[in-house]
Amino acid sequence: MITPVLDFGIAIVLAISMVLMISRLFIGPTLYDRVLAVNSFGTKTVLFLAVFSLMVGRGDGLDIALLYALINFIATIAILKFFRYRSLDVALSQMALRRALDGEEDD
Amino acid sequence: MSASDITQYFDYIFMAMLLCIGIAVIRLRNLFAVVMLTGAYSLISAAWFVSLDAVDVGFTEAAVGAGISTVLLLGAMLLTSREADKTSLGRHAAAAVVTIAAGAGLFYALGDMPVYGDAASPANTGVGMEYVDLTAEQIVIPNVVTAVLASYRGFDTMGEVFVVFAAGLGVALLIGLGGSKREED
Repeated sequence: MITPVLDFGIAIVLAISMVLMISRLFIGPTLYDRVLAVNSFGTKTVLFLAVFSLMVGRGDGLDIALLYALINFIATIAILKFFRYRSLDVALSQMALRRALDGEEDD
Repeated sequence: MSASDITQYFDYIFMAMLLCIGIAVIRLRNLFAVVMLTGAYSLISAAWFVSLDAVDVGFTEAAVGAGISTVLLLGAMLLTSREADKTSLGRHAAAAVVTIAAGAGLFYALGDMPVYGDAASPANTGVGMEYVDLTAEQIVIPNVVTAVLASYRGFDTMGEVFVVFAAGLGVALLIGLGGSKREED
């Protein structure tokens, strides 16, 4: 029976990479390092939950892993939108339209 | 070696990560980094809840903690500055006294807690077992937590929904629903 050992090893490797992501989150130095670190940290969590649910032999963890993947994606977009446009209450499609009409003068 | 023997090591790893992030949140002055760290904090605690077999709590934590509250904190950051002001040592000391006292009280109460997974604990012997036994035939759904929340304690949940609705309504009345009013001014 090599599979449980393998699962455990993969989970440990994922946990170590989560620690690395946390250190990048802590050090920074720029905003985009941190956004990328959180996004990548979320991906590690998704993978960890998938491995974990395999390890304990229950499928419930996969649902949460899927939910994480969705939330992680939306949160990253929200953060980047916040920093590009300084606001969350205008639709992205209108933002793009407004920028096209202004002739990209704010770049 | 059973599954719970292995998974307890992940509990320790996650707790250590939560501690590191907590200290980092206190130390950092950059508010954006703090918001990012709280997002990571929610992700870790949700993973920890799954590791503790509380899948439903992990689900809620993932949706509310990692998703909505990160965006809410970003929105709040929009109204304030990027950097936190330096806090005086006296306020730090007062906060440290309060947290240490609360922590010591919790550690003192820990002795009365049942052991993790104890079959003889009140939660596993009284009405809890009845819910587990009867959900399949009475409510006819597979998830016991949902059966307890939505059916056995349905009135309780309805009261909570009323409270949350009233709170949301109060906030909406106080700060307005945004958008339209601002452009008239």
